[in-house]
Amino acid sequence: MSHHIIEAEDLHYKYPDGTSAIQGVSFRITHGESVAIVGENGAGKSTLLLHLNGYLLPTEGALRIGDYSLTKETLNEVHRTVGMVFQDPDDQLFMPTVFEDVAFGPMNLGFPADEIKKRVYDALETVGMLHLKDRPPFKLSAGEKRAVAIATVLSMSPNILVMDEPSSHLDPKTRRKLIALLGTFKHTKIIATHDLDMAVDLCERTLIIHKGKIAADGPTRELMQDEELLEQCSLEKPLKLQCCSLCGKVSV
Amino acid sequence: MADIGAHFIEIGLMDRLATKDTAIHRLDPRAKLLTTLVFVATVVSFGKYEVSALLSFFVYPIALIARGDIPARYILKKIILVAPFAILVGVFNPFLDREPLLTIGDWSIAGGWISLLSILVRFILTVGAALILLACTGINGVCLALEKLGVPRVFTAQLLFMYRYLFVIMEEGMRMVRAKRCRSFSKQDTGMKAFGHMLGHLLLRSLDRAQRIHSAMSCRGFDGHIPSMKQLRLTSGDVAFVAGWSGLFIIMRLYNISQLLGSFITEVIS
Repeated sequence: MSHHIIEAEDLHYKYPDGTSAIQGVSFRITHGESVAIVGENGAGKSTLLLHLNGYLLPTEGALRIGDYSLTKETLNEVHRTVGMVFQDPDDQLFMPTVFEDVAFGPMNLGFPADEIKKRVYDALETVGMLHLKDRPPFKLSAGEKRAVAIATVLSMSPNILVMDEPSSHLDPKTRRKLIALLGTFKHTKIIATHDLDMAVDLCERTLIIHKGKIAADGPTRELMQDEELLEQCSLEKPLKLQCCSLCGKVSV
Repeated sequence: MADIGAHFIEIGLMDRLATKDTAIHRLDPRAKLLTTLVFVATVVSFGKYEVSALLSFFVYPIALIARGDIPARYILKKIILVAPFAILVGVFNPFLDREPLLTIGDWSIAGGWISLLSILVRFILTVGAALILLACTGINGVCLALEKLGVPRVFTAQLLFMYRYLFVIMEEGMRMVRAKRCRSFSKQDTGMKAFGHMLGHLLLRSLDRAQRIHSAMSCRGFDGHIPSMKQLRLTSGDVAFVAGWSGLFIIMRLYNISQLLGSFITEVIS
């Protein structure tokens, strides 16, 4: 199933002001994989993510998303294949009610009315927010907004989910629920995050980005044990892999 | 500042009112929009000293408030909130226009006072009608009606987004004000300069946000048109609503109903 694949080949991106944000990044993410993208602030995570939804086009190198290589002509197909959940749900929820917001994508794809309704209900049901369907999005709590933002993407039934900091600004319980929810998705998942504990929970593979390059690419647990590597990339061992300061045990 | 914030948040009540299901709410948004436009046009077209003829126009907002189950108090509060603008427009009239226009016993009332009163009555009528339209149609309904009536999509989309992000930007602005207050102690004199920077900052942040929203929209297939699932259908009831009210407004514009009614009553009594 090639339409679940993302492949980057020697990707470069230079911002108009000359900042070189990505300098030769290559990776291949295959069907059903769950990959965390981590790195210090300004490492190039967000820039990389903006390529995955076609908002930025690489200045050099190539990106294949599903069956298409990323060019201006294939943007529509790319948008259908990749569901992007933005960091700030307020950027993503712009329609007057939750229902209309979740329906926005399917409506633009031109589905018939009953199909749209079914998709919206299914998506809201999946994230457990169906009861909010008639509410205006700006009245929701941060956790609800996040869940609805995910539903807006699910309603287009994308093959690949890309998420920018899905666990930020959430209280511990809501964060836990979100992690459990994301764990149930069978999509290919790419999650950019600083929440390394979540990366350990959700992603078997991690890409560590450092100064616009890939510093490491491998199994999450292995990379997260490599203290030297983490130190180099301004990261820190996830809490659950550290020794408990009270009893001296590691939780996993 | 917190007060203004509270008023903005309260606008959310408008959205809830708009979801009610009354005969007025069920009318086609286009019918309500057109009627409101005719109403505003006739009210505004009166001469500057006209007060009594305007009074009969209150029948429209009162009827809609009653039939549409809209809390009159809430609408009044909103009108008062923007009243300073109208007062500012007319406040100098009594000083500039001292010609006596009306005498009651020994009292003579200058034309300026009458025109100020006329401005205020008109303001209450027009702003009230607009608020009532919003309360029984909802911003989406109004925008949809505008679009169907031929207003370019750029404007209707603009209006929808302004309404949606008003809250977000207000909140951002208020957080900045709060943060500034925490560090300015009782010193107020540096205020203006800092506010300039804050406004600039807010503008830049809004531009950034607009860019992010656009990318979120294009991710979901946005092509310049905001789709809507609602199909509008004009019924005979809608046509009757527009024709009936517009006809009444025009009659009230041509004949001073309040005066006719007054003279009729005095005639009956005598």
